[in-house]
Amino acid sequence: MSKTRRYFSLLGLLVVLSMLLAACGAPATTAAPTATQPPVETKAPVEETSAPAPTTAPTEPQAPAVPNCGTEPVVLNAYFETGFDLPFKLAEEFSKQYPNVTWDIKQDQFTNLINSTPRLLSGDNPPDLIRLPTMVSFAKQGLLKDLDGYAAAFGWDKWPVPQLNQNRVAPDGTRGSGTLYAMGLNYSLTGIFYNKTLAAQIGMTEPPKTLAEFEDYLAKAKAAGLLPIMAWGSAKSGMGLAFPLQALMASVGPVEPINDWIFQKPGATIDTPSNLVAAQHLEQWIKNGYFPPDVNAIEYTDANVRFTKGEGVFLFNGDWENWRYDKDMPGNVGFFLMPPAEEGKPPAAMSAPLTFGIAAKAKNADCAAFFLNWVATNEKARAINVQYGGSNPGGPADLPLPPVPEGSITNQTLAAGAIVGKAGTAMDFIANATSSIFAQGWTPELQKMVAGKQDAAGLLKAVQAEYERELAEQ
Amino acid sequence: MTLGNDNILTATAVSRRGLLGGRLRRASIIGWLFTLPALGMYAAFVLIPLLLSIYYSFFKWDGIGPMTWVGLRNYVTVFKVPDLLGTIYNAFRLVLWFSLIPVGLGLVVASVIHRVAPGRFGALVRTVVFLPQVIPLVAAGIIWGWLLALPGLVNQILRSIGLGAITRAWLGDFDWALPAVGMIGVWVLLGFCTVLLLTGISKIDPALYEAARIDGASWFQEFIHVTVPLLKQEIGVCLTVTVINALAAFDIVYVATGGGPGNSTAVPGIQIYILAFTEQRIGLASALAVMLMLLVFIVILPIQRLTRETA
Repeated sequence: MSKTRRYFSLLGLLVVLSMLLAACGAPATTAAPTATQPPVETKAPVEETSAPAPTTAPTEPQAPAVPNCGTEPVVLNAYFETGFDLPFKLAEEFSKQYPNVTWDIKQDQFTNLINSTPRLLSGDNPPDLIRLPTMVSFAKQGLLKDLDGYAAAFGWDKWPVPQLNQNRVAPDGTRGSGTLYAMGLNYSLTGIFYNKTLAAQIGMTEPPKTLAEFEDYLAKAKAAGLLPIMAWGSAKSGMGLAFPLQALMASVGPVEPINDWIFQKPGATIDTPSNLVAAQHLEQWIKNGYFPPDVNAIEYTDANVRFTKGEGVFLFNGDWENWRYDKDMPGNVGFFLMPPAEEGKPPAAMSAPLTFGIAAKAKNADCAAFFLNWVATNEKARAINVQYGGSNPGGPADLPLPPVPEGSITNQTLAAGAIVGKAGTAMDFIANATSSIFAQGWTPELQKMVAGKQDAAGLLKAVQAEYERELAEQ
Repeated sequence: MTLGNDNILTATAVSRRGLLGGRLRRASIIGWLFTLPALGMYAAFVLIPLLLSIYYSFFKWDGIGPMTWVGLRNYVTVFKVPDLLGTIYNAFRLVLWFSLIPVGLGLVVASVIHRVAPGRFGALVRTVVFLPQVIPLVAAGIIWGWLLALPGLVNQILRSIGLGAITRAWLGDFDWALPAVGMIGVWVLLGFCTVLLLTGISKIDPALYEAARIDGASWFQEFIHVTVPLLKQEIGVCLTVTVINALAAFDIVYVATGGGPGNSTAVPGIQIYILAFTEQRIGLASALAVMLMLLVFIVILPIQRLTRETA
């Protein structure tokens, strides 16, 4: 379940992989602390950064000392998501490098975190570090620490822009700009995985370059008696056809209006002419039998298991599942980004940070912030990040990516991420536009479409109506 | 509940006739003391949350921040909840599956056990039928999900007996998801009804059955003319509990389908959950909960009246 629900939380607007690009320009050499740098023992700067001056102007003192974990014993109070090793491995390594820091880690399923986070943040023992399922409402309620002070102290604000923007919330509740409330442990990427053996059977030797080519392969797969696309779609898992739908939207149209809609920009609508074309493609795929007939009852985990067992040529999913595909179908899995409708147009992808925040009342906020900085900048941490997370670790633009084992699918997803980063075509997930647009909008309406009870135009209208209902009630 | 009150009234009426006032007061104080622990629990876990829900329903509140008084506005907004009438309709369709079938089937099973297998075999059957009450519902939901999936056991059996044409993903089918959830409900609630009714049957005077048999009554006649009429109160309790289970359904639906596909198995309980915990609209969720409670009352009160009057 936790894996299932994980990308409900796909947050964030732009991927971050642009740091790979020389084009980004070398950022100023910030005094990002490294593991070797002895922690500076200070008191004053701690106070200074723990209360980051919001808008009051004077900006002089920030520079000299960066927050750190000190030398006294510190117990970091953390909430992680069950089923994902990465944060645990990082915590372990952090304690090795900073022995005065120990952890009190609690874990829970993602769905439970969604419901319990407000209480945890506002409770008596607020977490120093917590996996954030969503962010806007907690930020507006003042439950999350304003990280702008840390961003200045650690030089995060000099990292490639999109990394931080996706975790910024403006006073009116729109995301994408404003105060920084969270950091990503890494930055995931979605696209299309394929079974190499089955792809060879339909004559696909290299990934398609256009939507038409891709649809041609889908038709060939169907004709060859194969299942073209494995997918999940139960209400419990959340309707997985939102993945191909959004990929189609970005394939036939621009990504900006999609992000505007997700970030609740005034007047934004999902019911646009190009999105209608995208939804019509999806409707046609359904009618052509490109998805499993029982998709409305398939759970997320079952879809992945069935795909690794050879059912389905393609699967729309994200790089957080790389470990599974590497393990269960080693060497037999490939990855490509959804190809654009017009050749030459850059491909786009849904992408998001693995978001962690600090409670406003956290006792060890400085140490937690230091940890977040360490994750993105420490060589060992970045290696762990890629090994267990499968995604880009982010961080300053001039740091090299850690090596990935030969033959791992991660090589392909990281390379694809660089393309999206360069093109600036990353998107947040359409299911994250409002808190229950997935449960009350996309999931039921797409399920109706699968059953032939909803058409492309009706789908977009119904979801837009639900979006407006939720926004109006706020 | 009302039944209990009646008993107390009768008891006091009797005592008033026979006893002195002082002793009566002492006896009744002792009586109240005995019920105090139960009353305390009832207040803590039922009455206070109930009153709080009613209170919340007049506010706009996200569960954490300040509460804003909005009067009855939540009771207006609640009608804009997606497909509200559809969810209420689904809840009434569940009455068939969660209430009528388990009670009807429970009557048959109980009287069969009573007639043909009163001994050790009967105890075994009773245990097996009651078992679903003991199994954690979440685990049961996952197992039923597997059984009812397209590659699942139910479809395998259907295929093996030549009914391959009707196989489908039961929980993912718009027409069949609700009956499939209903079947899980039957499985869960049948045991409860059976055990309750069986206890009732064992209290019926055996002489009545003997007389019926001497008169040459068949099993069916015996069932209709002796068992059912004398079980009226137990049937009333069964109906009340299971109808509430259906109208206020949440757990079985949540673990089986989550309300899908589309909104074909969505019930008010699921909507309340989404409003409260996903949308963080405690006031609106409370308003819907209060309305659901009123709806349950409207349905339950006639059942109570009917099954008590002639008893």
